[in-house]
Amino acid sequence: MISIRYGFIAFVMIALAAVPTVAVAIDEPFYVSMFTRMLVMAIAACSLNLVLGYGGMVSFGHAAYLGLGAYVVGIGFYHASNDGMEWALNGWMHLALAIIIPGLVALLVGAISLRTRGVYFIMITLAFSQMLYYFFIGLERYGGDDGLSLWFLSDFGGVMDMNDDVHLYYLSYGLLLLILFMLYRLVNSRFGMVIKGAKSNERRLMAVGFPTYRYRLVAFGISGAICGVAGFLMANQSEFVSTAEMHWVHSGDLIVMVVLGGMGTLFGPVLGAVGFLMLEQYLPEMIRGGCEVIGGNDCGVAGEYWKIVFGPLLIMIVLFARGGIDGLLQGKVGRNG
Amino acid sequence: MNWILLIEQCLNGIQLGLLLFLLAAGLTLVFGIMDLVNLAHGSLYMVGAYFAATFTAWTGSFVLAIVLTLPATLIVGAVVEIVCLRSLYNRDHLDQVLATFGLILFFNELVRLVWGPAGLSVPLPEFLSSSLELLPGLIYPSYRLAIILASLAAAFFLYWLVARTRIGMLIRAGASNREMVGALGINIRFLFTIVFGLGAALAGFAGLMAAPISTVEIGMGENVLILAFVVIVIGGIGSIRGAFVAAILIGLIDTVGRAFLPDVIGTFFDDEFADAAAPALASMSIYLLMVVILAFRPEGLFSAKSG
Repeated sequence: MISIRYGFIAFVMIALAAVPTVAVAIDEPFYVSMFTRMLVMAIAACSLNLVLGYGGMVSFGHAAYLGLGAYVVGIGFYHASNDGMEWALNGWMHLALAIIIPGLVALLVGAISLRTRGVYFIMITLAFSQMLYYFFIGLERYGGDDGLSLWFLSDFGGVMDMNDDVHLYYLSYGLLLLILFMLYRLVNSRFGMVIKGAKSNERRLMAVGFPTYRYRLVAFGISGAICGVAGFLMANQSEFVSTAEMHWVHSGDLIVMVVLGGMGTLFGPVLGAVGFLMLEQYLPEMIRGGCEVIGGNDCGVAGEYWKIVFGPLLIMIVLFARGGIDGLLQGKVGRNG
Repeated sequence: MNWILLIEQCLNGIQLGLLLFLLAAGLTLVFGIMDLVNLAHGSLYMVGAYFAATFTAWTGSFVLAIVLTLPATLIVGAVVEIVCLRSLYNRDHLDQVLATFGLILFFNELVRLVWGPAGLSVPLPEFLSSSLELLPGLIYPSYRLAIILASLAAAFFLYWLVARTRIGMLIRAGASNREMVGALGINIRFLFTIVFGLGAALAGFAGLMAAPISTVEIGMGENVLILAFVVIVIGGIGSIRGAFVAAILIGLIDTVGRAFLPDVIGTFFDDEFADAAAPALASMSIYLLMVVILAFRPEGLFSAKSG
């Protein structure tokens, strides 16, 4: 079964690489931005997977780091266009700050949250993300509730042009590959072993002499930093920054992506993000189609209610296909995939 | 300092706190006894408000609407428990979070399908639409006062039910040792359904009381759900007494903070800064409180087993 799994993953990765070429060939440039969003969410899901899948830390607040990364671009744009600070659009600086700031915030949040366990951990990470959410709503200067429309995107000089969808797509794809490689090295290192070990039996690891708190904290910080990169890309993709992306429901979406794809596997979150956004895009049309087949009335309207199918589908996945897509590919169906 | 305004805001805070308590009580019972994280609890609050809107429109009487809404939400809760949540009791918290997250999506769409995307409004009942003068100069809407009294009555009913009746004894026994209660011949599945239905009815009650003073809309349960979670985490998961104390605390801090923080900050910093920072700080304050409490008492204020 392993060959099917790796074959499928290779197919997905190669297909993703070919998206802009195909989109131009069939004259549907819309697909480029749609798939860019998938790559961005894939990066965010990978970052969550490091703590959730490998580390067993259920962070219910990762949308906050996504938002922080996006606001780096938004605040840079604001000062460049309103205060004439041209340097504030510098893309390299945006990228660096979108790694450093969410990373540091995640370290701070983790330092307090990791003292708690179980449901308290879920709730305290949620509380921190709500705090950041309201913090940005309170920042009237940077748009507050309404968000900021970005007339200028991150400026990478002559290297890349963020206004060009294809450039942005390949930047996202390249960053995703880089992050996947880094995560692969990380989880298979000694550090990764400790993280995974602390998930299955923390007391034993502490008895052996590992300061698990510090290891978990560093993993949490790395996760926040990676999520910030996704936020940076998201701002450039949607050309808009707002607090809506930091709402706790989006933290839930990220968890869904990780579980849908397969927790604690390298490519699972990528498959999950692609699958989630595909469902979001095509489930309405599938419902409409199915409605027309059985000859129902008002089929155009029926598609709008796709979440009424998606919600129970999610419950089904939790109940019957714990391994997610990656688990199905490995032929492991059931709880412990 | 304007004392009249302070008292009025404190009453508002207590009213919000009591509403939160009704939600949090169900949540903390379900968590303490079934060990289930139920994100869909806010949906039951929303369903309660929508039921209230419909029944008020049908019967033309808010009181009749209350009489109909309570059993209706209880039935919805029991059905959800039997159909979906029952198989989640032995799963880890991540599974429960995900599945009940799916339930939120389902309920939001179902409500949109049945009641349409536009928000509804429920008129204030006639006999409560006036205001009372509680103290010289302190005029307070009688409906808000009625919410305070009704919630307190519900809280006392809950206390009586849990502390003084046979079913309450079983609930407490179930919280401390599920297997033993089952082994003694109690139908534990039925007990769980009852507890869940009770929690749902309480959430529905909170929703229906909030309906006339807020808009009945999709997603109204989600923000209040997060507040209820803050309450049960601060109070200590599983503790009804903790939930009561924490709910009042959160209600007061949130309401009074929103009203007075701009002035307080304004006395130390310039007004422009105060206008910008105060709303954000007021919204953040309860989460800040939760973080501080969890940092020092990772299990919340009251231990779960103390009832």
